[in-house]
Amino acid sequence: MMNYNISHLKELEAESIYVLREVANQFENPVLMFSGGKDSILMVHLAVKAFYPAKIPFPLLHVDTGHNFPETIEFRDNLVNRIGAKLIVGSVQEAIDNGMVHEEKGFNASRNGLQTAVLLDSLEKGKYDAALGGARRDEEKARAKERFFSHRDEFGQWDPKNQRPELWNLFNGQKHFGEHFRVFPISNWTELDVWQYLAYEKVELPSLYYAHKRNVFERDGVLLAETPIIQRRDTEQVIEKNVRCRTIGDMTCTGVWESDADTIEKIIQEVSTTRMTERGGRTDDKRSETSMEDRKKQGYF
Amino acid sequence: MTNLNQDTELLRFTTAGSVDDGKSTLIGRLLYDSKSIFEDQYEQIKATSEKRGEEGVNLALLTDGLKSEREQGITIDVAYRYFATPKRKFIIADTPGHIQYTRNMVTGASTANVALILIDARNGIVEQTRRHSFISSLLQIPHLVVCVNKMDLVDYSEEVYENIKDEFSNFSNKLDVKDIHFIPISALKGDNVVDRSKNMEWYDGQTLMHYLENVHIGSDHNFIDCRFPVQHVIRPYTDEFHDYRGYAGRVAGGTFKKGDEIMLLPSGFKSKIAKIDSYDGELSEAFPPMSVTMLLEDDFDLSRGNMIVRPNNQPDVTQDIEAMICWFNEKPMQFPRGKYKLKHTTQEVRCIVKELRYVLDINTLSRNQEDKSVDMNDIARVALRTTAPLFIDEYRKNRITGSFILIDEGTNNTVAAGMII
Repeated sequence: MMNYNISHLKELEAESIYVLREVANQFENPVLMFSGGKDSILMVHLAVKAFYPAKIPFPLLHVDTGHNFPETIEFRDNLVNRIGAKLIVGSVQEAIDNGMVHEEKGFNASRNGLQTAVLLDSLEKGKYDAALGGARRDEEKARAKERFFSHRDEFGQWDPKNQRPELWNLFNGQKHFGEHFRVFPISNWTELDVWQYLAYEKVELPSLYYAHKRNVFERDGVLLAETPIIQRRDTEQVIEKNVRCRTIGDMTCTGVWESDADTIEKIIQEVSTTRMTERGGRTDDKRSETSMEDRKKQGYF
Repeated sequence: MTNLNQDTELLRFTTAGSVDDGKSTLIGRLLYDSKSIFEDQYEQIKATSEKRGEEGVNLALLTDGLKSEREQGITIDVAYRYFATPKRKFIIADTPGHIQYTRNMVTGASTANVALILIDARNGIVEQTRRHSFISSLLQIPHLVVCVNKMDLVDYSEEVYENIKDEFSNFSNKLDVKDIHFIPISALKGDNVVDRSKNMEWYDGQTLMHYLENVHIGSDHNFIDCRFPVQHVIRPYTDEFHDYRGYAGRVAGGTFKKGDEIMLLPSGFKSKIAKIDSYDGELSEAFPPMSVTMLLEDDFDLSRGNMIVRPNNQPDVTQDIEAMICWFNEKPMQFPRGKYKLKHTTQEVRCIVKELRYVLDINTLSRNQEDKSVDMNDIARVALRTTAPLFIDEYRKNRITGSFILIDEGTNNTVAAGMII
């Protein structure tokens, strides 16, 4: 008999497409959470493939902290135009202005925590019953136990000890009124898988991922981009370096890496030999050992 | 982790066991020796180990992700771990081995190609070994690899290893396992995990890593019986694709080609495959586990839950299901006449529990026909009647068309996993 094999990337793709199609059928009003990072770009790419030649049957939701890199916003708008998707923006700035959330103050001030309230508010306003996210299990230890279909109660909370068992490819999206699901189609991808696949598929990415010259300064062992929105201590000196982003979040909490990887092939080479996790540069994860689990319980991405 | 090859295969394996039998050490070693543990992760668990006053670096901290698990020092849930070598990408479903976590073991086993069974060489086969082996056979994991661990603590004795091997072989005769492999290892010292042991010259078999990289998984799917459950109907309604009607889904069995004569279930209508489509263009054939879109020569109105098969090879079309189930919920199975929602492939129906044939004692493999209560972690044989016909195969023949889950209609929880007999 002939040996039928597909590569691990093709198998991961098939699994993710299957999950995306389940979401379109099991929920009435899904939305794809788009951050502008490579994982959500991958998600959009997979969604385009899953429903081809029809359009993606759900809108994209971007929670804009107002602290994004300008490159992220430009890239987002171009992408949305190209695929003809609807974009919804939840604005943290607006939420601060109308008093829904309060801004942190001081040197390590970040709007990361404020995103959760704005996200939950946006989901509620749009009456979305499933929010698709690009989280991966290899990213962080609390995410290693996340399901593909992750149930959230009416407050958007995650209960890690009471998760539904998930077997074979049977996904249970049953819920009560007012509850919703977070769905993670790329759960089984690793950082290297994502890069290999993006290279293989020739997917366009924001310039921030490629090595470029930028003014940076060091704080707690992490390089941060120089920007008026981060308050610097007198001792923190600005220097120009060749850097790139491994993850893209807010300018306030996304560390940049010294790197010469200015092509996707060089990035894959770098990723496959690096000895630090990609979230190692995220100051939001460093607040405590269980900061991701704590934030996820409250409804973070 | 220098893995630039895009054509590597994906292998999923499951492990079960307690902290004491060295499972965490073994996983830690596989991750560490394949350079899949990052420096900052390692530094973090080192700091935590020191804070707790533990000797050395506790690799179990890598797999125990939730706060409550770290406090109690046990794994409660299924944790997924990833590593890759130049030959393969691996997904480990790491599950707790205690009886109260049978449901987690079942969950981890449902998609695995390989089950890794760990035996402490000093203790031989214990209850937990039997339980995990039985679940591997019940869930039809195609390959079983038995690692006799802690060989360093029995002076690397061939006799100890051979005795355990014989004992396991006797026990496994009662199980439905196709492929069993034995390896003597020491996870702590690294013997036969990635590198060949210099302490066991008498063993001339493969190392664990060599086995995982080379075990033949190409035939783990069913490539014979053609099954395509319709998952989603694609109708673009655009000028360019005005008459496009595509049936999207994941191939559950067999191989499909353009021009193949097919039959639709439940209608029984026949047609031919006009095209197998994808975003990347037309495909010459489709087989498991591919996600594709099928276009047919005739215009039928197929919908989600229907199935495309071959006229000369059909699944059973029936409302009566005989199955083994594993019960997952604290609330016992309602019997008699308990009603549940049932999910099978892309179909969703309701069902009623008609008969409880027996509850299985998974330690002795004996059948208890008097026990009329199915509680959490119990494994039982039942007869179900569904509100509409399902298109089913035996679980032994096809893990996708032979499996289902039961959902409590009040709480919406997944309460059971079922394997069709």
